[in-house]
Amino acid sequence: MAKMMYRDAVVSTIAEEMARDENVVCLGEDIVGGMGTPGGPEAIGGIWSTSTGLFGKFGADRVIDTPISESAIMGAAAGLALSGKRPIAELMFADFIGVSLDQIWNQLAKFRYMFGGKTKCPAVIRMAYGAGYNAAAQHSQAVHQILTGMPGLKVVMPTTPDDVKGLLRTAIRDDDPVIFLEHKALYGVKGEVSDDPDYMIPFGHARLSRAGQDVTIVSTGLLLGFCEAVADKLAAEGIGCDVIDLRTTSPLDEETILDSVEVTGRLIVVDEAPPRCSLGADICALVAEKAFASLKAPPLSVNPPHTPVPFARELETAYLPSVDKIEAAVRKVLSYR
Amino acid sequence: MQLSREALLRAYRQMKVIREFEERLHVDIQTGEIAGFTHLYCGQEAVAVGVCEHLSVEDKIVSTHRGHGHCLAKGCDVNGMMKEIWGSREGLCKGKGGSMHIADVDKGMLGANGIVGAGAPIAVGAGIAAKIDGKGHVAITFSGDGACNQGTTFEAMNMAVVTKAATIFVFENNHYSEHTGFEYAVGTNKDIASRAEAFGMKVWRGDGTDFFSVYETMREVLDYVRVPGNGPAAVEFDTERFFGHFEGDPQRYRGPGELDRIREMRDCLKNFRKSVIDAGLLEHADIDALDAEVLEAIEESVRQAKAADRPTAEDVLTDVYISY
Repeated sequence: MAKMMYRDAVVSTIAEEMARDENVVCLGEDIVGGMGTPGGPEAIGGIWSTSTGLFGKFGADRVIDTPISESAIMGAAAGLALSGKRPIAELMFADFIGVSLDQIWNQLAKFRYMFGGKTKCPAVIRMAYGAGYNAAAQHSQAVHQILTGMPGLKVVMPTTPDDVKGLLRTAIRDDDPVIFLEHKALYGVKGEVSDDPDYMIPFGHARLSRAGQDVTIVSTGLLLGFCEAVADKLAAEGIGCDVIDLRTTSPLDEETILDSVEVTGRLIVVDEAPPRCSLGADICALVAEKAFASLKAPPLSVNPPHTPVPFARELETAYLPSVDKIEAAVRKVLSYR
Repeated sequence: MQLSREALLRAYRQMKVIREFEERLHVDIQTGEIAGFTHLYCGQEAVAVGVCEHLSVEDKIVSTHRGHGHCLAKGCDVNGMMKEIWGSREGLCKGKGGSMHIADVDKGMLGANGIVGAGAPIAVGAGIAAKIDGKGHVAITFSGDGACNQGTTFEAMNMAVVTKAATIFVFENNHYSEHTGFEYAVGTNKDIASRAEAFGMKVWRGDGTDFFSVYETMREVLDYVRVPGNGPAAVEFDTERFFGHFEGDPQRYRGPGELDRIREMRDCLKNFRKSVIDAGLLEHADIDALDAEVLEAIEESVRQAKAADRPTAEDVLTDVYISY
């Protein structure tokens, strides 16, 4: 086990997989950084430092710095995948799916089905998402609810550096298109990671990060830490919370959620995306449908409000689900008899 | 003309297969037995065949909603395609794609595409893959005078130049994007190739109703793009669409006598026949024999499509993922 930051888990996993398989190639805006400048290649490196050193190790054929052309990046990833390569395309901000969505949604996600199952499309689309940087409405969004609803895509949302390692390796070796959502406020978080060169975490397997008998809390990404803080606080009062880190929203580990709710009878989903047609709504509906008899309280979803992500510090703080809001939700479901 | 007798016969046969495939669909669609949206390629055969006769299975093409001709020219099975369009589970895509999504990746045919302008970025990726592999293979995207106005096409052209992708942008100007004339919709003085030129590409132009013009032009384009390091190129072919945008299009936008005129003057099959007879390369009897053979092959494909297994409700659920 080694200790490393979330962002370093990204770049080291990519480097390991590129060394292992020459068909793995990377592309994206500024993933080399400095191309065509006096400073030269790698003068900057990607803005998230998630591609540092790759160009020097693997060269321009396999580390492709692109113009700001998100549709062409995603389309090129699709074409590479159909041509025997295993592209890892970076969308600098998840918010930019708006300008490239056709290539993700109508192309990558649908090739296999439209072509009658006769092809594979092994592309990984990495994107930095989430609030916490006061980057306002067009650079802070959590977009998983849009992508999770698209058949043909797998959607991965790692929370810890170890999850990045295991899930990104699985994504790169997977033969289906995978959306890999990296929370930008987690890039600097450090944690233990496996150093097994074949360490893989299967998709659709949630992680139980806290165990308890009274309430089930489902989340992933930045907000998982908030949920853990609430669970730790309530544990001191003798209230036990199962905290489930989904890791992937498509496929969804229904079994872990339902098994937990059968014991606790109470569910809270803590989700960084807006409330309508959300992951929270989806999982609350799932539990209402499949674990109705176990429920002791209405399932609750804790989301930001139905607004764009605001800019000012006070506004962004008010927008995001907080430890206090999550705790209040737990106490609310506990108040039902 | 440097083509052998065999190559001439093959090229004509390919064009004739596309023509009769489309003419037959035009008839059968009116019976209501074929579901969905169908966009016929009739009139543009010289482009698909003049391009694809140069290609191997290692070369990739990305097509459009008007894709039957590209698919057939690239080697997709006629019977598999007819079954697909009839919605059979024995179709090339098991009845899940239909007319607008026929693909055969093993043949280097990366898909017809229901989204206008979506193909060019995909061909950039395939062209980058060809460049990485360094074996002189290419990726070709077919775009019409409609797709040339999509931003995706602009992004793709620039990215191809920047990455030196082995990509060829083939623009088929059939004068109509859906129901709108190119003189209105293409803002560069009726010229598409100049756009590619502005992105830094070498460009060619040819007559898309003349197989020999397309074939000889493409020889030059391919000789250029197959050289490692040269990067992409573009070519514009002026051509004609004999049917509407979609089957059922009343075509009220056509001028008086336009369809008769282009069928008479701008038919690539008639032009081909005249050229090879005048040059003494083939006899009428050679071509007549091919015509009869192709008609029978298309008839047989329809017989097979009508008799083929239909998909079942269970088939809805397969082929979304490899594993999930």
